[in-house]
Amino acid sequence: MEDFLAARLQMAFSLGFHIVFSCIGMVMPFFMCTAHYFWLKRKDPVYLDVTKAWSKGVAIFFATGAVSGTVLSFELGLLWPRFMEHAGPIFGMPFSLEGTAFFIEAIALGFYLYGWNKFHPWFHWFTGVIVGVSGLLSGILVVAANAWMNSPAGFDFIDGQYLNIDPVKAMFNDAWFSQALHMCIAAFVSTGFAVAGVHALMILKGKNVLFHRKAFQIAAIFATIAACLQPISGDISAKDVAGRQPAKLAAMEAHFHTEKGAPLIIGGIPDVENKTVKYAIKIPKALSFMATGDFNGEVKGLDSIPVEDHPPVAITHYAFQLMVGLGMLMLGLALIYFYALVKKKHWLDSKWLLRLFVIATPMGYIALEAGWTVTEVGRQPWIIHGVMRTADAVTPMPGIAYSFYLFTAVYISLAVIVSVLLYRQITMVGKLYDSSSQTNNS
Amino acid sequence: MVYVVIVFLWTAILLYILLGGADFGAGIMELFTSKKNRHRTRRNMYEAIGPVWEANHMWLIIVIVILFVGFPKIYTTVSVYLHIPLVCMLLGIIARGTAFVFRNYDAVKDGMQKVYTPIFVISSVVTPFFLGIIAASSVSGQIDLQAADFVSAYIFSWLNWFSLSVGLFTVTICAYLATIFIIGETTHPDDRALFIRKARRVIFVVMGAGALVFMAAYAENIPLLDWIFSDYPGVIALILATISLILTFIELNKGHAIILRFFAGFQVSMILFAATYSHFPDIVLLKGGENLSLLTHQGQYKTIAGLGWALLIGSVFILPALFYLIYSFRTKKSEQHD
Ligand code: HDD
Ligand code: HEM
Ligand code: HEM
Repeated sequence: MEDFLAARLQMAFSLGFHIVFSCIGMVMPFFMCTAHYFWLKRKDPVYLDVTKAWSKGVAIFFATGAVSGTVLSFELGLLWPRFMEHAGPIFGMPFSLEGTAFFIEAIALGFYLYGWNKFHPWFHWFTGVIVGVSGLLSGILVVAANAWMNSPAGFDFIDGQYLNIDPVKAMFNDAWFSQALHMCIAAFVSTGFAVAGVHALMILKGKNVLFHRKAFQIAAIFATIAACLQPISGDISAKDVAGRQPAKLAAMEAHFHTEKGAPLIIGGIPDVENKTVKYAIKIPKALSFMATGDFNGEVKGLDSIPVEDHPPVAITHYAFQLMVGLGMLMLGLALIYFYALVKKKHWLDSKWLLRLFVIATPMGYIALEAGWTVTEVGRQPWIIHGVMRTADAVTPMPGIAYSFYLFTAVYISLAVIVSVLLYRQITMVGKLYDSSSQTNNS
Repeated sequence: MVYVVIVFLWTAILLYILLGGADFGAGIMELFTSKKNRHRTRRNMYEAIGPVWEANHMWLIIVIVILFVGFPKIYTTVSVYLHIPLVCMLLGIIARGTAFVFRNYDAVKDGMQKVYTPIFVISSVVTPFFLGIIAASSVSGQIDLQAADFVSAYIFSWLNWFSLSVGLFTVTICAYLATIFIIGETTHPDDRALFIRKARRVIFVVMGAGALVFMAAYAENIPLLDWIFSDYPGVIALILATISLILTFIELNKGHAIILRFFAGFQVSMILFAATYSHFPDIVLLKGGENLSLLTHQGQYKTIAGLGWALLIGSVFILPALFYLIYSFRTKKSEQHD
């Protein structure tokens, strides 16, 4: 395997792995604190059980997230030294603040996990909230760094030199808000549906139903609210991309020719050579509306961009379709759930609704990975959009392929172990956490 | 402002060695403990380390972030030429971090524990070993920016007797820190006696490994002695380190836990001081006499200022919280025992 390709794949794998854990680390604390809140308010011991079970999950995922994040901070230099040499001082601001946020998160987690019955109950609860807030904050900061790669700011690029660096301007680049907003909501969608799905499955199996019902409810509410917000924020992102990275938007939409009143292309197989999309559904003028807010607005196609600056069209297009498609499915499920909550309470106990949630378990995470593929692959061939090419950033060390195989093996085994662990946590709920079933059974 | 950043960098390295080191040491000691006592070691250790464990390796991340933001040339040179030991250390960090959590949080305690424990123990040795190699290689002058072939660019940049012996020395320092740390955590007199005996032995090992470092430096033509003895602060630091080692040895039996820890911590900080002072502000020495310096290779003004402020503001939030965390678990624990 070519070194450059290996480096890209290794980076993609590491990030794709880390993102799963970081999202859980960002969102689970909020679920946990919600359950904890109900326990403190209502003194219903099932909520205490749920809180404790989830806090174990948070601990496992936090450690895995921290380890994979540590690896990333080295990998940036190991794989992309030419990039880091110039980018580090510019987009480093969010990373140094992120360090603070991580640290606070770790300390607060120490208080939370080991602080049962040692502190005032509300102080203890509050440390859990801090875990969540600082986790979210670190997510926002690191995405701001990524947004800088899409929308470089805070320096003057003159004759290949990076001058007049202003790290604060770099952090608040044009893309940071739309990306960070979309990312935070995505974290809630993906973790929410995953957690809700697992608990729905346990309810269907009739195990510790009381426990899983409460857990399901909390996760499902968060997930469905987020699922409704996601398309709105996605629309903001799309308009943003249209403005700053027309090549990425064109690749996402497989939009080959610049035109006014451009149609939205759904599905289909992009044919790059003939510049057409086969078997696609076209919604007239919709793309123009999405990208510009005007049905007759002009949308730049790939033909307006030099060929050597084209991102891979097919991957970007498929990934985008996948993300939006799954987003729509989850939106649909969310609407059904709300309808049930308000109008048809008896649906909430029905098997089919739970089954739908079980089906939706992986959807959020698939959409999340797809969305990142859109962003990252759509940025190619640039590592810093319009400034530095990815191929110029890669390490001179040969043999990266071996490092790629090695890390892939490590990630796969970690994924397997974490899944086993989680499976065990879930199957042991009856013994470890569910106090009501213990008293019933024994 | 650059000096503020450098102080943070140095302190973060020191804290990583001290706290992270004690943490690695716990795993190393498990390796050198008889089966009979292993359980006791583990219990004593994790009661102490558990609550702060999550925070420990944050110091390493802070070091990395300071380097790539403030001193990008240094960060990238090290990452390119020491790629291989860095990857080895990373694998150690991954294996250790996950094995630790898995063995503590696995809902079922069964045969899987037999898998986690060796991984944890082995990676506790591997990680500080490569950490030492990386530190030594950055000053051993073997990194060759002009190297033409793979082996001299990416292998001999770190594979030499000096680096290996510093790696070994780092491992022993970790073990030493851990034993001293455990002594203060023991609640049973038998445990205490056990760890005091261990500490004695470890001190000899540390001294042996230290001597090895000097021999290797001599063999590799690295002017280690010159560096240390060329100016007073280095000499004084080394003398102080030796005195506190002797004092630790004497104090072991009756000494108060806090005093022992202070000596051990002081000693390690003096060693780090002696090792860094003599060629400050250079931190990477290259083949051919060129050096990468914290002062001449710093980032642009606004970057350093931003980094400095971020660190200062961050520590206003972090340090009180961290102290309160450690403090409350100390006091709450003794309340429980009473
Ligand atoms: C649960 C996951 C999820 C779901 C359901 C959606 N997205 Fe998304 N999307 C992401 C998760 C995500 C992401 C992984 O979080 C990305 C990658 C980078 C980013 O900021 O968010 C992303 C990026 C991303 C981008 C590129 C932003 C950029 O490069 O700056 C656009 C235009 C959209 N999304 C649009 C949408 C639309 C119109 C959706 C309609 C339903 C949608 N997304 C659903
Ligand atoms: C966590 C979610 C993320 C995922 C799943 C992800 C995914 C990817 C993928 C698929 C690539 C390979 C693209 C290609 O070469 O075609 C890539 C490259 C890269 N990403 Fe991301 N990314 C994520 C977030 C980030 C963030 C937050 C940063 C930095 C702040 C970042 C920095 C990079 C860099 C430096 C590369 C290599 C250069 C390049 O290929 O352009 N990524 N990532
Ligand atoms: C979109 C991409 C990313 C998001 C949303 C994200 C978010 C997070 C979060 C929430 C955590 C806390 C760990 C947890 O609670 O499980 C974390 C850990 C970490 N992340 Fe990321 N991250 C991203 C990408 C990156 C990148 C590109 C880097 C490296 C340059 C990185 C470096 C780290 C480090 C060092 C940690 C460990 C901190 C600790 O010990 O707590 N992350 N990340």
